[in-house]
Amino acid sequence: MARPEITYAIETQALNLWYSTFQALFDVDLQIKRGQITSLIGPSGCGKTTFLRSINRINERLGYVRTTGSITVLGNDIYGPNVELIQIRKQVGMVFQRPNPLPLSIRDNVIFGYRLHEGRGRLTRSQRDEIVERALRQVLLWDVVKEKLGRPAIELSLEEQQKLCIARLLPVKPAVLLMDEPCSALDPTGTEAVEEMIWELRGQYTILIVTHNMAQARRTSEECIFMLLGRVVEHAPTEELFVTPRHQETADYIEGRYG
Amino acid sequence: MDRRDLDWYIDKAVQILVFVGGVSAILLIIGIFVFITKEGAGFLTTTFDAKEFFTSPRWRPTSEHNPTYGALALIVGTASITGLAILIAVPFSLGAAIYIGEFATGKTREILKVLVELLAAIPSVVWGFIGLSIMNSLIIKLFDVPVGLNVLNAGVILGLMAAPIMTTIAEDALKAVPDGYREAAEALGATRWQVIFKVVLPAAKNGLVAAVLLGVGRGFGETMAVLMASGHSINLPTSVFDSVRALTATIAAELGETAVGSDHYRALFTLGIFLFLITFLINLTADLVLRGIRKK
Ligand SMILES: Nc1ncnc2c1ncn2[C@@H]1O[C@H](COP(=O)(O)OP(=O)(O)OP(=O)(O)O)[C@@H](O)[C@H]1O
Ligand SMILES: [Mg+2]
Repeated sequence: MARPEITYAIETQALNLWYSTFQALFDVDLQIKRGQITSLIGPSGCGKTTFLRSINRINERLGYVRTTGSITVLGNDIYGPNVELIQIRKQVGMVFQRPNPLPLSIRDNVIFGYRLHEGRGRLTRSQRDEIVERALRQVLLWDVVKEKLGRPAIELSLEEQQKLCIARLLPVKPAVLLMDEPCSALDPTGTEAVEEMIWELRGQYTILIVTHNMAQARRTSEECIFMLLGRVVEHAPTEELFVTPRHQETADYIEGRYG
Repeated sequence: MDRRDLDWYIDKAVQILVFVGGVSAILLIIGIFVFITKEGAGFLTTTFDAKEFFTSPRWRPTSEHNPTYGALALIVGTASITGLAILIAVPFSLGAAIYIGEFATGKTREILKVLVELLAAIPSVVWGFIGLSIMNSLIIKLFDVPVGLNVLNAGVILGLMAAPIMTTIAEDALKAVPDGYREAAEALGATRWQVIFKVVLPAAKNGLVAAVLLGVGRGFGETMAVLMASGHSINLPTSVFDSVRALTATIAAELGETAVGSDHYRALFTLGIFLFLITFLINLTADLVLRGIRKK
């Protein structure tokens, strides 16, 4: 899957997207570096979520979405004729704005994706436990939940639920993690904890994270993309974008003039 | 000012109307139960023999010398028809509910829902008629048996009757599963069927159980169609091709011909009490199971 010669995890060319007749994305050309954290910022309604949801084609759940242009994930055109949706979803994990653990136990949530892709049969109990433990350790949740793996996931706090939602992506070894405002439902402490954890994952995964929080974008990302009204305005290393923005709109937005 | 006064009166009137409606429904149910119990009571306290009632298959209330009141054959008759009906209705209605709830979209979905509701509105005597004419000859031809009015016939008819209600309730249960679950599973790479089997059905479990229970309740209480399709002969069935007689059908067929207050009359009311209790229990269980969902 992850071939070393590929520098960009996600590339889009002339990506346009319509919700029936409403165009939400205009000619989006982006190259997102492999193994880095890239943040996606912009005012409400500018198409951040829409863009994110087209990378794993989850947008297609809505029957009225139409897309043109190309999206390449790790060198594979995801709209290509030979590409299976399942493979894309395996390579590209998604974290949603509101934590959405499945109505299962903590353990079953973590192992859910793995079972989908690897089947149930070949897994011994100890292998399963090992997978669960490793994933939960990676999201810094193991010590909190190791005593109650059989409890329903909904009993966890929102922060823990969101970490669990990240943990359940890891056993299938995705290359890309898409995160749509993963901290917006959390309090400041929870936000900090999840941010710290995301930072820990840097390097192992390509992470594209949507945020409304300028400070968070600055703290957690290496590159930053600013979108406005369905278009990409600026894409630059985070420090550069925040210190010396090249476009007036970017400057206005990061100084809080858009709301 | 005037308008507001009028609104206020309408408001009050509707409130009272709703209250009266609600209270009278409760009073009616209590009234019915009291009536049935009162009519059956004389039998329960005198001639009634619990051992005979539940273990003897001999229902001979009109025998001149030695009337017996064994309800076993009737109970088994009802149970076997209902059991077969549930076996038939569950896969049908689950399949229909899954298709309507998870696959069909837009127009198709609306049309199917209307069709299912129409199916539920077919009068039971019409179903009985289908059993008596079409199913009867079909069974005789297909299986080469002398009579086509039997457990199989009544079970199939009752299954078809119960399926629409079960479909509607099951579909409601599927609809109550938050879409976020489906989205989460799909984003993890689950196929449509994996989403259904691993996420949606387990999450909707309680509602589905309730759907089945209400179907069972319907089966126990159904009278006309069962009377027409079952053959109505007292029998402990050994195969689906045996004719049987149901509790409800017995009451319907015999009550008109008994003298009010006679032992036979009262015995029929005792059957009624028994039926009432069973359906009440089944519905109560279904209700509790459904309530279990809402609490979560
Ligand atoms: N399901 C949908 N159907 C129709 N239009 C939609 C749908 N989802 C989003 N849109 C529209 O597409 C545009 C982009 O929405 P999107 O959710 O991608 O914005 P966003 O940048 O994520 O906003 P926010 O910061 O509020 O989350 C908006 O104008 C929105 O109204
Ligand atoms: Mg959004």
